[in-house]
Amino acid sequence: MAVTPADKALRAPVRHAKRKPLRKRFALAAYIALLPMALTVVFAYLGTMLWSLRTSFTNSRTFASTSFAGVSQYVRLFNNDRWMLSLQNIVIYGVLFIVICLVIGLLLAVFIDQKVVAEGALRTVFLYPYAMSFVATGLVWQWILNPELGIQEVLHRIGFTHARFDWIVDQDRVIYTLVIATVWQASGLVMALLLAGLRGIDDEIWKAARIDGIPRWRVYVSIVIPMLGASISTAFILLFVMVIKLYDAVVAMTQGGPGTASEVPAKFIMEYLFGRANLGLASAASIVLLITVLAILAPVFYVRSRALRLRDAR
Amino acid sequence: MNSMKKLVVSVFAVVAASSAAHADPLKATVIHWWTSGGESAAIKQFADAYNKAGGLWVDNAVAGADQARSTALNRIMGGDPPTAAQFNTSKQFHDIIDQGLLNNVDDVAAKENWDATFPPSIIASIKSNGHFYAAPVDIHMPAWFFYSKSAFQKAGIPKEPANYDEFIADLDKLKAAGVIPLALGGQAWQEKITFDAVFADVGGPDLYLKIYRDRDVNAVKSDAFKKVLTQFKRLHNYVDPGSPGRNWNDATALVISGKAGVQIMGDWAKGEFVAAKQSAGKDFGCFPGFGPHSPYLVAGDVFVFPKTDDANAVKAQKLLATVMTSPAAQVAFSAKKGSIPIRSDIDDSSLDMCAKEGIAIMKDKSRQLPNPEMLTPPDINGALQDVITNFWNKNQSVEDAQKAFASGLKS
Repeated sequence: MAVTPADKALRAPVRHAKRKPLRKRFALAAYIALLPMALTVVFAYLGTMLWSLRTSFTNSRTFASTSFAGVSQYVRLFNNDRWMLSLQNIVIYGVLFIVICLVIGLLLAVFIDQKVVAEGALRTVFLYPYAMSFVATGLVWQWILNPELGIQEVLHRIGFTHARFDWIVDQDRVIYTLVIATVWQASGLVMALLLAGLRGIDDEIWKAARIDGIPRWRVYVSIVIPMLGASISTAFILLFVMVIKLYDAVVAMTQGGPGTASEVPAKFIMEYLFGRANLGLASAASIVLLITVLAILAPVFYVRSRALRLRDAR
Repeated sequence: MNSMKKLVVSVFAVVAASSAAHADPLKATVIHWWTSGGESAAIKQFADAYNKAGGLWVDNAVAGADQARSTALNRIMGGDPPTAAQFNTSKQFHDIIDQGLLNNVDDVAAKENWDATFPPSIIASIKSNGHFYAAPVDIHMPAWFFYSKSAFQKAGIPKEPANYDEFIADLDKLKAAGVIPLALGGQAWQEKITFDAVFADVGGPDLYLKIYRDRDVNAVKSDAFKKVLTQFKRLHNYVDPGSPGRNWNDATALVISGKAGVQIMGDWAKGEFVAAKQSAGKDFGCFPGFGPHSPYLVAGDVFVFPKTDDANAVKAQKLLATVMTSPAAQVAFSAKKGSIPIRSDIDDSSLDMCAKEGIAIMKDKSRQLPNPEMLTPPDINGALQDVITNFWNKNQSVEDAQKAFASGLKS
């Protein structure tokens, strides 16, 4: 069948016109595929956040009520000694936990990166605490730290009768026992993240440094660690999330005690949500927590995305 | 393969036949948090009694009281209510009553004459606007004094203390004898129980009710209440350094082994003694307070019946309420649970010494004192618990504790 130029002329725009909606349809498919996730985000995350925000302005008790109570729950919250103490505790805990985890995690990663023997086994050992539920390991930590059962008692029995390690029953020091136990748990995770980062560093850099005669520690401090920026900020965000949701360790180890000395915000919220049947106050507390988190994480994300954009531009 | 199929078919046939023969047993889904050994043996008594009465008990145990209660609440709000759900004898379920989400069991209460049979403090908790909204199933006294007979012997204490000063003197003797005088699990709720025991005995029922029931701030500022706090704090000299954070059953274990003298704990602690093969009166002793007129704190558990229009479910709810409160089921349940029955018209010969004493005391209405949870809503109760645990653990002055208590009461 002969094709006339007229046919061609007719067909060409048709084909052209066809191509565009095809592309559009592809985009549509992508949107459809994303829809479930988008709905989850909108309803399950943002929706419940707005719901909590609304509830925090009501005098809800066991059930969510709609009677508006202004900011009275917030006033009550900030007059609540236990809440203020929880905030103070989480700041002390958070700073110590994140810093110590990053330092130990980095040292472990560098150590393993020296091509040590039985690397696989060591990696497993360091990562193992993270794989276990803190409800179980927290109880073990409670026993280890208890002055009548654990370390102190052992020291007494082997002759050091004046040794004292009773932080877990000490009002002023109990928060540090939480740091010790959770650092043990989480530093393996930091190690795994940073080790992956270290392995991603080009061997050429090491070779060049060796030729220039730069000592190893100097290469780590001045070259390698700055290059690990992305891994470290990922680790920071993960650790930060763990700080905010700190709950199981407290429940398993101290139940917030002695007294209220190791109370944390998440435990406060959980208790007022269920046991103490005050949805309004619990919602107000969780909104305050959310705002705090946003205030800290938003700059981190901003700096990170700016750094990435700058690098791409280069 | 074929024989397998046949087997399956025949099993189905048998199951179908047997359920048909029972002509629709009244199915009851029951949410509760009794999961430990003694507890589940106790709830089984109810299940058996209910099944015998023509029902079909569908057990829905949820570990942890808070979790069980929030499961029940979620199912009620989600439109799939259980037939019955456990709560404490307290104000915990009063919000659900106010929301109109519970069926009342007035028929059963009228038929069984609950008003005359049950203690008034329990009636006050389950009755709202003249309707009965819960079936009480047990009475727990949260502040018994359990003591080790061997430790008392070692310290040369011949008899139970008759007043608070004697009690302190006995603790001194125990300390001198080298045992831990007071086995306390230093968790906020246990410290609160200890405080309430001291409050009821030292402060007396009038002050107790003025503060917990009437929430009278002036009473909190009174010298009488100051004395209560002071006397409570005196006990701090008699606990061991390992106390903070200890679980209640570990504290009981100290008494069982004779390493500690006394524990102030609810009567559920008897389960631990029984599990260690110790018996009341022989290996350990119990007294609910000091002297023959000491107040007896009343706590316990109830089952509520969420709103439903399903006629069969309503029938099942009424049958549950009847069966659970019946004398036979009450005795069988109490023997396993360590609690005392909610009614006194029962045969208590199968119960232990402490339970018998409790039943005898409950007959004297003037000694009954509702526990704080029955008198204050959960969040105020929690705030007061925070105040007490702070006072116990910190170097806080009594005046500051009074101020904190007053503001907790008002919150």
